[in-house]
Amino acid sequence: MAILETEELTYTYSEGTPFEKTAVDHVSLSIEEGEMIGVMGHTGSGKSTLIQHFNGLLKPASGRVLLDGRDIWADKEKIRDVRFQVGLVFQYPEYQIFEETVYKDIAFGPKNMGLDEAEIKRRVLETAHDIGISEELLERSPFELSGGQKRRVAIAGVMAMEPKVLILDEPTAGLDPAGRDKILQHIKNYHRRTKNTILIVSHSMEDIASFADRILVMSKAKLFCFDETVKVFSRAEEIEGIGLDVPQITRVFGVLKRRGLDFGKEVYTVGYAKELLLKALKEKGGLLNC
Amino acid sequence: MENIIEIENLHFSYASEDEKEAAPEVLKGIDLTIKSGEFVAVLGHNGSGKSTLAKHMNAILLPTSGKVTVDGIDTADEERIFELRQSAGMVFQNPDNQIVSSIVEEDVAFALENLGVPYEEMRRRVDEALKDVGMYEYRMHSPSQLSGGQKQRVAIAGIIAMCPKCIILDEPTAMLDPKGRKEVMATIKRMNREHGITIVLITHYMDEAAQCGRIVVMDKGRTVLDDVPEKVFSQVEKLKSIGLDVPQVTELVWELRKAGYDVPAEIITENDCVEAILKLFE
Repeated sequence: MAILETEELTYTYSEGTPFEKTAVDHVSLSIEEGEMIGVMGHTGSGKSTLIQHFNGLLKPASGRVLLDGRDIWADKEKIRDVRFQVGLVFQYPEYQIFEETVYKDIAFGPKNMGLDEAEIKRRVLETAHDIGISEELLERSPFELSGGQKRRVAIAGVMAMEPKVLILDEPTAGLDPAGRDKILQHIKNYHRRTKNTILIVSHSMEDIASFADRILVMSKAKLFCFDETVKVFSRAEEIEGIGLDVPQITRVFGVLKRRGLDFGKEVYTVGYAKELLLKALKEKGGLLNC
Repeated sequence: MENIIEIENLHFSYASEDEKEAAPEVLKGIDLTIKSGEFVAVLGHNGSGKSTLAKHMNAILLPTSGKVTVDGIDTADEERIFELRQSAGMVFQNPDNQIVSSIVEEDVAFALENLGVPYEEMRRRVDEALKDVGMYEYRMHSPSQLSGGQKQRVAIAGIIAMCPKCIILDEPTAMLDPKGRKEVMATIKRMNREHGITIVLITHYMDEAAQCGRIVVMDKGRTVLDDVPEKVFSQVEKLKSIGLDVPQVTELVWELRKAGYDVPAEIITENDCVEAILKLFE
């Protein structure tokens, strides 16, 4: 079932002025419940404007945004509820931490939802567990934590609201490789437990390849494509043409194909590349002794 | 070739809030020399001390003990600090934090004005610097209209205008998209090649480090590897154990070697990886 849909969504900044710019141009898409989606597009492609429509931070100039089949702007009074159901984690969310303790910071959203203490506690503990924040840390000041820990606390604060749709804008920006892997792993834990829909904006194709069921690509305010991960990577040259990067390994297998070594499959992770190569080498029977 | 940066037994701790307790050491005895004209990447996980090290090359931080010399100037010599910062410029991560003017060319001229460079000379250097980074046609724009990659190039132009011998860049591409990253990398590579400017690039991106001439890897306040990219990245297990990664092609080749296939360990480029795989299937 579709959880989030847009119909001909269009948004124009500074309409009627010389700076008028259409940032989202007639975008129609449908996201299924429980999907994990990667969102890509270079700076200025319209992807941030698009995701800000998903929880009603921006109102379409024309077209509609549907959550659970209902137009989120049908009743303006209810837009606050939409924001509880579609959680948005901004870039560098660690700068938005303000509470005295980690526990209070994670509990802030659920509290605003008017939940009772027992339910708030359950949610804080469960999300802290998903995101890898140990219980000892919960009573500490968030400002004593490392940058990576702070970021995880900030993400947990939105997760604890258990939104039907969780959107993260570049959650791994500025982290080292181990930090990147860890955050993505924790987001996967949360997904496994809650089965909620997740959208992750990322510039790193390597990261997106590791989690996404489908990839949504924006270019020049339009939906460039929205398809299964394999299919998107099979269009590697077009993707590079709109200023994005494909994984290095995908480029290598593209060249191999042109040089006559075709595995008949799209390759976008090192693990899969290894599997394919080892199988093909075994069939060839050329294992050298070394 | 002469050494542009010399670091001897550098120890550093940030000031302790509690006077009774000694602050933990962030840098624990670094010895490093960088030759004039080198292009060096510094890798390390968050908290490894790499940014702290970078800030010593520009006298933003001074050693707790040990000595740092840049272009023959001891960074602890307060008298010569401006001279030092002219020969070693620094570019930071966030482009928005280092732009001061509302017009691109004024921003590039900022430091020259402070130094009292005569108008004609300043005009020439600003124009040249903007051409060097490919931003000349944007000289009358407001920086707020620029992309992150363009802003970083303006920041680099501001430094080039001072005719430095060395540029230290602390994760200059961390906040940029792939296109912006490529623009910035191409710019600094050109500065190195065409003007012979020494580059020290602090980065989290292995593909950027793979383009440098030399990689210094930091862990827990020490340098643990220091070699050409091929040699450094061939140490896959060691790098992974300290929270770093290797380029995907290096990892694939390493996996093939583990499975018993005879492929070279020191592969860091896509071309070499393609050739190695094709050879296996010959």
